[in-house]
Amino acid sequence: MSGFFDIPSDLQNTYFGLIGLHLREALIPVLAGLLVSLPIAQLCVRFRWLYPPVLGVTTILYAIPSLAFFVVLIDYTGQTETTVMIPLAVYSLVVLVPAIVDGVRSVPAETLAAATAMGLGPVRRYFQVQLPIAVPAIIAGLRVATVSSISLVSVGMLIGNQGALGNLLNDANLYHRPELAVNSVVTTAVLAILADAFLVLVRRVLTPWMPKESTR
Amino acid sequence: MNVLNFIHAFFSDSSHWHGYDGIPARVWEHIQYSLEALGYAALIGLPVGLVTGHYGRGGNTLALIATAGRALPSFGLLVLMFIWLGFGLLPVMIPLVILAVPPILVTTYEALRSVDPSPVDAARGMGMTESRILFQVELPVALPLILSGLRSAAIQIVSTATIAAYVSLGGLGRYIIDGLYQKNYEKVVGGATLVAAMALVTLGIFWAVARLTVSPGVRRS
Repeated sequence: MSGFFDIPSDLQNTYFGLIGLHLREALIPVLAGLLVSLPIAQLCVRFRWLYPPVLGVTTILYAIPSLAFFVVLIDYTGQTETTVMIPLAVYSLVVLVPAIVDGVRSVPAETLAAATAMGLGPVRRYFQVQLPIAVPAIIAGLRVATVSSISLVSVGMLIGNQGALGNLLNDANLYHRPELAVNSVVTTAVLAILADAFLVLVRRVLTPWMPKESTR
Repeated sequence: MNVLNFIHAFFSDSSHWHGYDGIPARVWEHIQYSLEALGYAALIGLPVGLVTGHYGRGGNTLALIATAGRALPSFGLLVLMFIWLGFGLLPVMIPLVILAVPPILVTTYEALRSVDPSPVDAARGMGMTESRILFQVELPVALPLILSGLRSAAIQIVSTATIAAYVSLGGLGRYIIDGLYQKNYEKVVGGATLVAAMALVTLGIFWAVARLTVSPGVRRS
């Protein structure tokens, strides 16, 4: 295992630099996806007829393979990080919109009525009642989006070494150093599992009223 | 539109329509890889999901396995398996199966757990054996959800099978990878279009299968 952390100089980055880059390329899209999907989901809850067509469009978007998506974007954004991040943001959106809609819809009508009776306006009711109750569903969506985003960044290697830790895979082939590929896979998997565990923790903090044992 | 021009150029070039690198040959290879991977994944995911879902045990273990499976990067795994195992279909099948098992497993488990317990109790009261309860009561009710798990697995396989080309195999990824190296953008876009189209066809097939197999009483509005 000698040279496991010995990153070839052509990547012009350290091991931790690659990790930082990987997290940035994976997490910014998830965050962007969350910010866009909240209003979309709210519209879908408000206007019920909107949900089936939105669901159809997102399912079709999800069917576009990441590599194909990257490649088509090269024409507009070049072989850059942005080209990797746009598809990841779209995939996050696709996972998050149904999760948020289902979460917000699962709020019982009596709870909403109670909130209204207490004098909460629609905005406060949304932020103080609906959104907190939907947190477990939203986090469940975020977990899937985050983990798959972290895993997909590696494919960015194919479009001009934009894959952060994925770039190690190419170097493993170039320099016949299989330990670099092991490093890439293990580090990516560990990052994904840590991010997943972090989100579980966030959910526990945000929903102190939930029973502890339901870890899913 | 630039991309549309590329698509048109790719599909109107008659040399792209025959030979070992022709569209029919590559599509057929892609279908073979996808079906084989989906078959293995279903063979693993469905029975385990059905049994654990029926008895309602092991949900946490399944969630753990699913998280681990999702966390493993498919592309990295492919390259690693290629380095370890050498040229062949196996290095491609391993990441594809690992990719597809979690959605099948988790959705099947969840689908069986979400079946209304009263018909199951009724069936048990009528003296049905456990296996008949599973296959004649729970399975038909859970079928729409189970199919949706298989569907997302199938779509992920179809999209991800493109990376097989990176380790010198065929399939539609060939056009994308070769095109990138040859700076032949028309080929790249053509390949990407074909993969996206195949994913959409997969969606359509699952829609049709659900239409045919899900009992009208179960179908939701």
